[in-house]
Amino acid sequence: MAIIEDSVEALAQRIVDGSKLAIFKDCGVPVTLGRELIRQQRRELHIVTVPTGSMLIDMMIGAGCVGTVETSGVSLGEFGLAPRFIEAVRSGSVRVLDATCPAVYAGLQAAEKGIPFMPLRGLLGTDVLKYRDDFQVIDNPFADTADPIVCLPAIEPDFSLLHCPLGDRFGNLYIARQPEFKLLAHAAKHTLATVEQIVDFNLLEDERYAAATLNALYVDAIAEAPGGARPLNLPGHYALDRAAVTAYAQAAKTLEGFNNWLAVDLSAAA
Amino acid sequence: MSETFDTDYSREELLISTIADMLAPANHIAVGVLSPIPGSAALLARARSGGDKRVSIIGHQQEPFRTDGGVDLFDCAAQGRLDAFFLSGGQIDGQANVNLTGIGEYPTQQVRWSGTFGSAYLYFLVPRVILFREEHTRRVFVPKVDFVSAPGVSVDGVYRPGGPYALVTGLCVFLFDKAKARFKLVSVHPGHSVEEVRDQTGFEFDCPDYVPTTATPDPETLGLIRGEIARSIANPYPQFAARVWGTAAA
Repeated sequence: MAIIEDSVEALAQRIVDGSKLAIFKDCGVPVTLGRELIRQQRRELHIVTVPTGSMLIDMMIGAGCVGTVETSGVSLGEFGLAPRFIEAVRSGSVRVLDATCPAVYAGLQAAEKGIPFMPLRGLLGTDVLKYRDDFQVIDNPFADTADPIVCLPAIEPDFSLLHCPLGDRFGNLYIARQPEFKLLAHAAKHTLATVEQIVDFNLLEDERYAAATLNALYVDAIAEAPGGARPLNLPGHYALDRAAVTAYAQAAKTLEGFNNWLAVDLSAAA
Repeated sequence: MSETFDTDYSREELLISTIADMLAPANHIAVGVLSPIPGSAALLARARSGGDKRVSIIGHQQEPFRTDGGVDLFDCAAQGRLDAFFLSGGQIDGQANVNLTGIGEYPTQQVRWSGTFGSAYLYFLVPRVILFREEHTRRVFVPKVDFVSAPGVSVDGVYRPGGPYALVTGLCVFLFDKAKARFKLVSVHPGHSVEEVRDQTGFEFDCPDYVPTTATPDPETLGLIRGEIARSIANPYPQFAARVWGTAAA
């Protein structure tokens, strides 16, 4: 039975140092929850970006929360490179496990099926494969001729972190346009979510919501956090705050600028 | 006597028109999130087809650019449901290897970019991958990339229905010869020369004795680009549409 926490603070306290966290790339990025992990000074997190990451990942790296980032790319998109990610990789302060987008999905798919690995096309001859000791090449056992194929180990996050439009008091989550949220939740040992609103009715009993609702079977705890993806967007609820992301991209170019930005961001959210 | 050429089109419009011509055989075209010029070219190809083609923008959340989600777009590619895609690179070399990762000794590279994204997979599976990079300098077009995010060619026995078709830059158009693993210069944009291309390219390429000038967009193409395409592209790429055509999202 999913637990309804009365605060994002309580939700974040479930996550211990060193946890492996999966965070989806957009439209439901749990910014408020991530900021709470920064405030609680969580350390040595292993973040799996599904399959890429943006401002929240850069913030968490800049704040010193991250030991390993497993990613196909971290970028602020049209707002430029992710400055704290790049600085951390260059200096070696964060270990980077470079992947390619469908490989992250495939690793999660292996975990949701409870199998040890998933084969995937591509990757052969890349330096991505060369530097990933945990990726292995086998010969397709079903082919008549040699057919090398890459196997990705299952990715089983300790926690998948989501931000959804609606949750209900039973712990079901309306995930709207993000079918990938089901993949994240199925693959993870635990799933924690913030939601714009917790409703009294059962989402799975309402035909308007049921098809795009994640069953509470996969959900450990939820908490209400209106605006929980801001300044990033949540389709149908709020748009990307372009000015805020532009300001972040500018400030985070230096460590001092980032630290000043973070101090203001944390105090504004307090 | 100074060279004269028609300047009634912008640099962006020339590139959009050039890339769109390469997309005529493709039915399903996918575009990355930060690719307004390839995106516009894909929409132009779609408009010329009478709307028969499908254009998907990776990561885009709204119709008509969205597939069923992030996972299925990659599945589409492996099933052969995707005909054309675009890649760029911080470095691209003469064997069409692409580097999106960084420069220097891995992993603590002196220059680090965002990462490989889907390139290490889609380059193998999408039949017609068009490499696009406006900046045409020796900094970008190097003899050998520092990091192979995605390789231009593969050894025999590797499953590879896809790969590089062409390289379009701010100066010229190359086609890629997979058997020779080598680019061939096929046209130089108006106002530029083969010598300039040689000076700015760090890798060797095949160059015929006569290299034509890249075809410029005809009035009908310009009309489409400035009308329907400018309006459509303003939804996924508002800043680009505002800058190039002064168009707001519909």
